[in-house]
Amino acid sequence: MSADVELQSVSIAFGDFYAAKNVNVKIEAGEFFSFLGPSGCGKTTLLRAVSGFLEPSEGKVLIGGQNMSGIGPNKRPTSLIFQNLALFPLMSVADNIAFSLEVRGVGKQARRKRAGELLDLVALNGQGDKKVHELSGGQKQRVAIARALAVEPEVLLLDEPLSALDLKLRQKMRTELRAIQQRVGITFIYITHDQGEALTMSDRVGVMNDGQLEQVGSCYEVYQAPSTPFVATFVGENNAFAGKVEKVSKGTAQVNVDGKSFSGAIGKTTAGNLHNIGVGDEAIVFVRPESLNLAKDTKAPKNKFSADIKTIEFEGNLKNIYLKSSTKKSIRFSVPSVFDTSHLTPGSKIELAFSAQSAIVLPSGPLALD
Amino acid sequence: MDSFYKKNGSLISTFFLIAITFWLVFLILIPQLYMLDLSFRPNLPPLLRGGPDDVYTLTHYNHFLFGSETSKDTYNYVDIGVFVDTIGTAVLVTIINLCFCYPIAFYIAKLATPNATRLLILALIIPFWINELLRSFAIRILFAGEGVINNLLIELGLLDVAVNFIALDVALYTGLTYAYILLMIFPLYNALDTLDTNQLEAAKDLGSSTIRTHWRIVIPHAKAGIASGSTMVFMLTAGALATPVVLSSPNTFWFTQLIYQWFNMNDNWSRGSAYSIILLVVSVAFVLLMMRLFKVTIGEVVR
Repeated sequence: MSADVELQSVSIAFGDFYAAKNVNVKIEAGEFFSFLGPSGCGKTTLLRAVSGFLEPSEGKVLIGGQNMSGIGPNKRPTSLIFQNLALFPLMSVADNIAFSLEVRGVGKQARRKRAGELLDLVALNGQGDKKVHELSGGQKQRVAIARALAVEPEVLLLDEPLSALDLKLRQKMRTELRAIQQRVGITFIYITHDQGEALTMSDRVGVMNDGQLEQVGSCYEVYQAPSTPFVATFVGENNAFAGKVEKVSKGTAQVNVDGKSFSGAIGKTTAGNLHNIGVGDEAIVFVRPESLNLAKDTKAPKNKFSADIKTIEFEGNLKNIYLKSSTKKSIRFSVPSVFDTSHLTPGSKIELAFSAQSAIVLPSGPLALD
Repeated sequence: MDSFYKKNGSLISTFFLIAITFWLVFLILIPQLYMLDLSFRPNLPPLLRGGPDDVYTLTHYNHFLFGSETSKDTYNYVDIGVFVDTIGTAVLVTIINLCFCYPIAFYIAKLATPNATRLLILALIIPFWINELLRSFAIRILFAGEGVINNLLIELGLLDVAVNFIALDVALYTGLTYAYILLMIFPLYNALDTLDTNQLEAAKDLGSSTIRTHWRIVIPHAKAGIASGSTMVFMLTAGALATPVVLSSPNTFWFTQLIYQWFNMNDNWSRGSAYSIILLVVSVAFVLLMMRLFKVTIGEVVR
């Protein structure tokens, strides 16, 4: 069984401070949905409102169409996986997993059997008698998942459960979480500040900033078609060129950035329409580091500009070249590692260009902090 | 030793060694050994001490078990009775104390806001600036025949005649429970404070009731603190003197009062020592037995 979750105009206030402001979203049954945002953006607060540890100050939380107002966390069809997992250290692995059955008065035999099944599900067969501290980080993770699934929730809520793991294990657990979600078929709501996690696992992502849901869409949409400057800079890397709009025609806008004219496609709003951008408006042109090219390698380069090379950073599959424009703006330019950068020495000047189709123009607004 | 000196510097190291040696040897070991020795010697006038009659004897321990030689009873029912009463009451007081302090400690550690925590801890500590004797007398005034509680209950029409709380030992139990409340609350608070609040929420999320969460998660976590607090409260209650003297009913006698009598009124230091040793050994044995029963190790208790 899986249920849909609907947040209707949910606001959560602590005194004068709004941790969540008028959040509206419908998460479909069986969907893997991630709330993505920087720390302090209110995503954990929102999750606590779904799990029942918090009541919204305004608005409603509906699970399976039912208003959850006044229903406690132990009575909701949800199960929460905590950031630090919150396993019970004094109980065995099997007792941890079967705790929810124990509180429901299920007998010892049945409990052991069910714990065994869940251990199989998370690939920990035969580890039930171990103590929690005898397990590795990844194994603890699986125990937490098994324990949460033991209540047979309709919605599983995950509060950054992978943040304590090292990179390799985190990547492995992403794949595994996604596989478990598809096997059990219930709704997963995942909280993370790590866009890599959100993009690899989710069906849809909700990007949050400052208590507000900025954009909801597929992973592809939030990356390729951000609807706010915040989303553009928070999800993936982006170069932002701010200026005034000089010309608008057929979905493209030309923006004057410190005397240079850059043109790009006008971005879409959360509702799916083109942003209403007019001549004279403040706007930002966003270009991904991988969408920049050397002007000399481009036929009839458009959107050309020059900049000084500051440093070159080797990142394995990519090389990041950090530049400063004539107006001291920081620019990031990424090329595949195989690309020969021997002629690009720090201090030298290069000419870059980008195509109008790969750039997005959005009305100016706050960016994600670097 | 060498590395200890290197790590802490010679001034601090020397101070530590002298202070700890002084404390352990002069303040604890020597008096206790002297008392142990004394307890096996006959009670002799000063002139005869060290003379031919000063030989090791079990006479004081015999007296505790079987009474004086002139007594017709098989056992020393009076002294043994007082002893058993004392230990029994101390156990009861420890249990009452634990039941009382656990919710308070839990509230302070897990539920109260930081400001409320500070306020509550102050409120717990400040009354203990008043000395024990005065606090005991204050409780006596509260529970006396013409005392505050009786007067209030009669005034409210809940009672017709004053209840003799002193004779019923209500005052004694209250006084003893209150006397060592901090020694229970602080170890409990320390233990509960280290409990991850997420575990409480996890248990709740998994459908656990409050009582079950405490039984399965909180109490096991706080076991060492419970053992530590209970041990101190039990030991100090069994060895209390001022509170029982002020608050016990005329027919309740505390074992420490017996010890006091042998030392001070009967001038029989040997017998007083023997009785002290009995109290000490039995109390320690009892605590060790309880720790065994509840599977707590010494290491956990002093943690």
